[in-house]
Amino acid sequence: MADTPDTLSADLRRLEEIVRSLESEDTDLDRALALFEEGVGRLRAARDRLGEAEARVQKVLEDAAGHLTLSDFEE
Amino acid sequence: MKKPPEDPHLPLFKSPSGEAGVPPSRPTALPPSPTALSVTQLVSALRRVVEEASGTLWIKGEIAGMKAYGSGHWYFSLRDPDSAIKCVMWKSNTTKVGTAPVDGTEVYALVTPTVWADKGELKAAVQVMLPTAGIGVQQLSREKVRAALEKDGLLDPSRKRQLPAYPRAIAVVTSTDGAALRDIIIVTRKRWSSVRLVIVGATVQGDGAARDLCRALKVVNRLPGIDLCIIGRGGGSREDLHAFDDEKVCRAVAALTMPVVSAVGHETDASLTDLVADLRAATPSAAAERAVPDRADCLRHVASLSSRLAHGLRRRTGLVAERLARTGDRIEVAMVRRIREPRASVDRLAGQLEALSPLRVLGRGYSVARLADGRVARRRADLPEGTEFTLRVSDGDVPSRAG
Repeated sequence: MADTPDTLSADLRRLEEIVRSLESEDTDLDRALALFEEGVGRLRAARDRLGEAEARVQKVLEDAAGHLTLSDFEE
Repeated sequence: MKKPPEDPHLPLFKSPSGEAGVPPSRPTALPPSPTALSVTQLVSALRRVVEEASGTLWIKGEIAGMKAYGSGHWYFSLRDPDSAIKCVMWKSNTTKVGTAPVDGTEVYALVTPTVWADKGELKAAVQVMLPTAGIGVQQLSREKVRAALEKDGLLDPSRKRQLPAYPRAIAVVTSTDGAALRDIIIVTRKRWSSVRLVIVGATVQGDGAARDLCRALKVVNRLPGIDLCIIGRGGGSREDLHAFDDEKVCRAVAALTMPVVSAVGHETDASLTDLVADLRAATPSAAAERAVPDRADCLRHVASLSSRLAHGLRRRTGLVAERLARTGDRIEVAMVRRIREPRASVDRLAGQLEALSPLRVLGRGYSVARLADGRVARRRADLPEGTEFTLRVSDGDVPSRAG
């Protein structure tokens, strides 16, 4: 999987930072615009992740040699 | 003094002076009063011997003559076919047992034998009582396992890891056909649809359950990208939940490389895996709720960040606009000054010029004669008789002729 487990966590943390920077007075306009752009990107990513498809349920199978394989779990 | 014959009981009968007293096997008609012990001395000596000899230990026996008083203290005997010992169990300990077991119940008892001074009775003070029938044996072994885990620091609260805020993949160790798994799937889907559940099926009760749980837990450690593990099963009798009190299972839980939530459906008493895990949940559903965040909550959080972001930028650009306006004002002021200053200079110069103007001299009564060619007549020679000229006075020109 391309995403690391903490991607959403990292996005939200970074967003908090960005918002705080924007809310403080001492950011110059160029920097503020760059932060805003980054923030919009991260918001979109966070929303995408939250809108992901239905939970995937897999089952682990272990063969005689101890190799592990994953298959979709039949409910 | 000659050493008395070896007798294990002899030290009991020492007089306060340290002299050996007369052994009871050899009574004399008239006991010498200085060497006779008081009853209290005898009983306290016996008590010391009894307490030192046995300490605190587990015994097994049947309850007989149970008297459970309103005070909460219990008085009874523990007996087997050949012997009996009188017992007392204080309220602080009986409350952990619940109702008093009926006569004839076989129990394990953790006792400290002693001698009660007032009646000279041998009594066992009971601290823990477990019925031996099935559950009692399990509880006994559970207590042993718990002590071992505690000794190795596996129950230490400082070991507890924090659960990941937004897990991507969760391993679930449970029976593949139990209600526990179904509940976990339903709850995680409802709360956090983007998670991946990886089921590692295991037998959770009966023979071989502990071994199978250990195998499954080892499998979890070999799976890549797992952020959290849930181990558990639905409710059952104590007998059914026994595997979750197994020492090897507990140690396998402790050895998991990711945080673990234990949910063994038992309301009153935690299983030992619950105590070793980073978090204990009462049921598998509760475990799933603790394992994943609520998507709706998270979306609300994102929405709030979004509006703060937009507001933050508006505020930021608003500040810039204000600053620009202020800068504009300053430019205007500067420009106005730049325009006004030369004008003031011109005015000043104009004033100076005016002061120097020859016209002002004319105002004082002088006049200037200009010849036809524009030259100013300065001498008589400039004005021969009959010459026409213009005489300039303060308010205009007067055509004139030299006479």
